[in-house]
Amino acid sequence: MLSFALRRIGVGLVLTLVMTFITFWLLSFSFESIVSSRLGQAATPESIAAVKVQLGFDRPLMVQYGEWLWNVLHGDFGVSLFTQEPVSGAVFARLGVTLSVVLPALIISTLSAVVLGVFAASRAGAADKITQGIMLVGHFVPGLLVAIALVVVFAVNLGWLPATGFTPFSEDPGLWLASVVIPVTVLSIGGAANIASQVRGSMIDELRKDYVRTLRTRGIPTNSIILRHALRNSAGPALTVFSLEFLAMFGSALIIEQVFALPGFGTFSFNSALIGDIPVIMGLAVFGTLMTITVNLLADLGIGWLNPKARVY
Amino acid sequence: MTALLDVRDLRVTYQGRGLRRRSYEVLHGISLAIGRGETLGVVGESGSGKSTIGRAVLGLVKPRGGTIHFDGRDVTHADAATRRALAKDLQVIFQDPYSSLSPSLTVGDILSEPLIVQGASRHDARRRVQELLDQVGLPRDAADRIPREFSGGQRQRVAIARALAPEPRLIVCDEPVSALDLSTQARVLELLIDIQRRTGVSYLFVSHDLAVVRHISHRVSVVYRGDIVETGAAEVVTRAPEHPYTQQLLLAAPVADPVTQQKRRAERKLFRAQHG
Amino acid sequence: MSNDTATEQSALPAAKGRTPLWKKLLKDPQSSIAGGVIFIIVLLGVLAPWITGHGPNTVRLESINSPFNSPGYPLGTDQYGRDIWSRLLHSINTSSITAVISTTIAIGIGSVFGLVGGYFDRLRGITEWVFALIMTFPGMLVLILLLPITGGDFRITMAIFGVMLSPGIYRIVRNQVVGVKSELYIDAARVSGVSTIRILVRHVFSAVRGPVIIAAAFMAGSAISIQAGLAFLGVGSKETPSFGAMINDGFRNLYIDPLQYIWPSLLLGIINAALVLFGNALRDAMQGAQPKPAKIGQKVDAKAGAAGQNKISTVGKPSGNEGVPFLEVTDLVIAYPRPDGSLNDVVHGVNLRIEAAETLGLVGESGSGKTQTAFAILGVLPPEAVVRSGSIRVGGRELIGMTETDLRRIRGKQIAYIPQEPMSNLDPVYTVGAQLVEGIRAATGVSARAAKERALSLLARVGIPEPIRTFGAYPHQISGGMAQRVLIAGAVASNPKLLIADEPTTALDVTVQAEILDLLRDLQEELGMAVLLVTHNFGVVADICSRISVMHGGQIVETGDVFDVFREPQHEYTQKLLNAILDETSHRKDPPVETLELAGGAKR
Repeated sequence: MLSFALRRIGVGLVLTLVMTFITFWLLSFSFESIVSSRLGQAATPESIAAVKVQLGFDRPLMVQYGEWLWNVLHGDFGVSLFTQEPVSGAVFARLGVTLSVVLPALIISTLSAVVLGVFAASRAGAADKITQGIMLVGHFVPGLLVAIALVVVFAVNLGWLPATGFTPFSEDPGLWLASVVIPVTVLSIGGAANIASQVRGSMIDELRKDYVRTLRTRGIPTNSIILRHALRNSAGPALTVFSLEFLAMFGSALIIEQVFALPGFGTFSFNSALIGDIPVIMGLAVFGTLMTITVNLLADLGIGWLNPKARVY
Repeated sequence: MTALLDVRDLRVTYQGRGLRRRSYEVLHGISLAIGRGETLGVVGESGSGKSTIGRAVLGLVKPRGGTIHFDGRDVTHADAATRRALAKDLQVIFQDPYSSLSPSLTVGDILSEPLIVQGASRHDARRRVQELLDQVGLPRDAADRIPREFSGGQRQRVAIARALAPEPRLIVCDEPVSALDLSTQARVLELLIDIQRRTGVSYLFVSHDLAVVRHISHRVSVVYRGDIVETGAAEVVTRAPEHPYTQQLLLAAPVADPVTQQKRRAERKLFRAQHG
Repeated sequence: MSNDTATEQSALPAAKGRTPLWKKLLKDPQSSIAGGVIFIIVLLGVLAPWITGHGPNTVRLESINSPFNSPGYPLGTDQYGRDIWSRLLHSINTSSITAVISTTIAIGIGSVFGLVGGYFDRLRGITEWVFALIMTFPGMLVLILLLPITGGDFRITMAIFGVMLSPGIYRIVRNQVVGVKSELYIDAARVSGVSTIRILVRHVFSAVRGPVIIAAAFMAGSAISIQAGLAFLGVGSKETPSFGAMINDGFRNLYIDPLQYIWPSLLLGIINAALVLFGNALRDAMQGAQPKPAKIGQKVDAKAGAAGQNKISTVGKPSGNEGVPFLEVTDLVIAYPRPDGSLNDVVHGVNLRIEAAETLGLVGESGSGKTQTAFAILGVLPPEAVVRSGSIRVGGRELIGMTETDLRRIRGKQIAYIPQEPMSNLDPVYTVGAQLVEGIRAATGVSARAAKERALSLLARVGIPEPIRTFGAYPHQISGGMAQRVLIAGAVASNPKLLIADEPTTALDVTVQAEILDLLRDLQEELGMAVLLVTHNFGVVADICSRISVMHGGQIVETGDVFDVFREPQHEYTQKLLNAILDETSHRKDPPVETLELAGGAKR
């Protein structure tokens, strides 16, 4: 198992290298426009050329990338071209905001999805109808629409919650809760729908398997069959969806944070990408890739832990 | 005169999966020969390598050693073009009539495909399909149906018709009746024997069931853990075998008669006591 | 299990009629309504230039924020005086083009590489790696990053998004191809000399087509949502009318005129809903109805139970004078619902009785209803099955109509079960020992330690050479014969009075079969249990059973002492079956066309 994890980490590092290089290469197409937007109105062909030399954009791509990589390996992600803020610190500061939305959303959606999925698959009837209704809404109403609808009702009409803005937990837990409750709800609805349909589907398959019948003939209680046996067997596929959902929530955060004006990872990425803040974008690329690899690795290890037959290591 | 199929010292190795990729040998150099119009039964238990013999002859697995001669030609390492040409003479019937027919094609398409890839015109192929359906005792309108609409026995008839399509000289039958009900089993075996008498086709008949093999084979080879332990006339091998493994196999198969079975059980106990 | 009772081989079933897909879709209300909605919306978009009075970007400063139903502006105007109706219809076109571009590219790239990577094992390493890489890209962020290259044109942006969606299609196609590739019909095609390209196109792609089309319907929805999201963020040209841009405009104007926000949201919601519903209907039409959930251990229809009990009062009494048998099944009728909802009987009035400590063989061909009868006695029929009438009494107690809780007290203690397929009947995620202990504790309520000791002694009793090692092993680590011994150990753990064995040796080799039959015989004598042995193999019956019941077409046609039935079968079906047995005396007598002189060539 250790060798499996090490191998995966090795592959992940190579992947990170490739990803960052591709990002860098793509960015090189927009060096010109980055410089001119930095100069603003004052841009002349001469001043652009001068700034390009100043930022080192005139050198060969490999040299520039090599330099960046060298610095990163020494723990230096550089500073923002525009705010002069150190990149690593900036990324982690924004991450906190995003995680305080994504993590609660993930916990709520997973718990509710498991309860809904298990109920729907093992009780049938009304429980299943309700679950399918929730799943349908979660699937077909874009998160953007849910977000705005909730803002209109709870913030604009009722005035119960702030429409936008963010208060850190450390400042005032109450205000923090008020500022994240709508974004968390929006993310949870979509996430719960996806995870619940997976749990429901694989639970239905599992409960029809031969071993379930054999367990019943041994006089084993129904609840134990559902929770100890069927649920554990269907947890593998659900875990895969869970890891995809975790990553997808970071994507959704991009829009959600815009709607609610949260100073998080999504807003930060969006703004940096728009203005072409190269060191920040590169820092985000490293961080995003590492996170993806870590989540996928943990999911695979989790699946193996749950199901010895699926152990890939 | 040489044999139609002559296999010598055939070795097959399977590549293991996973990290260490250990490979293991499933056939340790087996030899067999089949004459024209003859049925050679190959009997063994699961994992003995009996099916691998058929797959190697068909070119579905690559031998690691030994030779396979078909009608005097060396086809051990035949390339794709040779294999395609060989398809006219060498056909197969698999065990599972459910997964051996393409689920989305009509029976007519399934039967005409081998003919069309051999260069037959669409018109000729269609006429031949009708002949084939007659030959295996299926109604003519079966050509427009898809496999799902047939019972297991009927599907196996379609598989037999497909194997007969190019008028082959050897058919590898891999457990062709094991998935069928008792009464269907007997009828399909009769059909195979009848076809052999009419067309002179040879069978390499792979099965785990001594009774089935005894019924259709002229000669029988017994495979045990990748080796052929005994070969001889069907009546001898399946009734009074020499090799202890074959004897054990014979004694283990229950007879459908309570009186005889009681005796056989006693014999088996005795045999076990003698051989540990 | 098949409920097909037809045994005549020459007759084809009446043409079921393969309904073409479009007909099925048209007949199903969900797909026809959803499909109709999509069609009308797309049509409105195409006709936009002719059914709107203003261009989508025509700014009229004199008519800013006109309300709903203003003259010339059916839905009013936005804060720049642009016609909302016109912008809405033109936005449809943006969404349609988005959906078409993204899904076409995703399907194109995903299918080609999925076929290649799935079929050619050697190339799979590379394709897996590349698509894993594509999946790692954070989609939205990349699209924003590439703004300078795309120049804000949503078509190029969505083409790139198509590439990012392609791993989804790739995975579907690759999984399907890997599955299909090992199917025997691919081998058969290869043996027939069919070329690889032809196999890929004709046999493999036809199997993959369905899931890809279904995925495309969902991908179209997500592409439209992403495009709307990007436009909402303000990425892309301001000249392109789109739902996202309109929602953004409406969002900013929310306090002045909420309707401006409602229209695009509503239409976007409807399009997405229609696509998801259509995709679901498409899946049902192509792959058959998805399995539905069912409450396990549903109580059998109370009415049916009552009807059965009525019969017992008449039928059950006379047999009383012969002494009460341990198991008595009377007039059992089991039915399954047909697609149209009516009931189709698969077991028509079965009568069975087993005395204590005897072995009854229940013999029949596939579809005869023998397994259904066994499951009914155990109370583990599939949830859709209906026991229409009849009675099942075990030790004098009526099982029909009993609650799952009460049945559980009987199962495991009084009645036990050995299945046919050893591997699929063990839970793959628990060790053999854990499963045995759980069963023993459920049946007897002993302590965990006592249960473990009992499990180990049982494993030794059923002939497992190293009980401690097998106790700690997972099911996939032991052989089929060993797994069957484990299941037998689990079944006899609580000294049941009746053991129901459903084809217990069918999946095993003959030599293992003989050992398992010996074990069953020994255990039966040792524990004094009654055994109901369900099988299709007359050899097995002859070996172990004292009485035999022959089943055909859902009925028992003959019951009797084993020696009598084999010697003098009464029913013609029994005679037919016994005649079909390939016995010891029937061997091939006609000589081959060519006799090999060099038969020695087969010597090794």
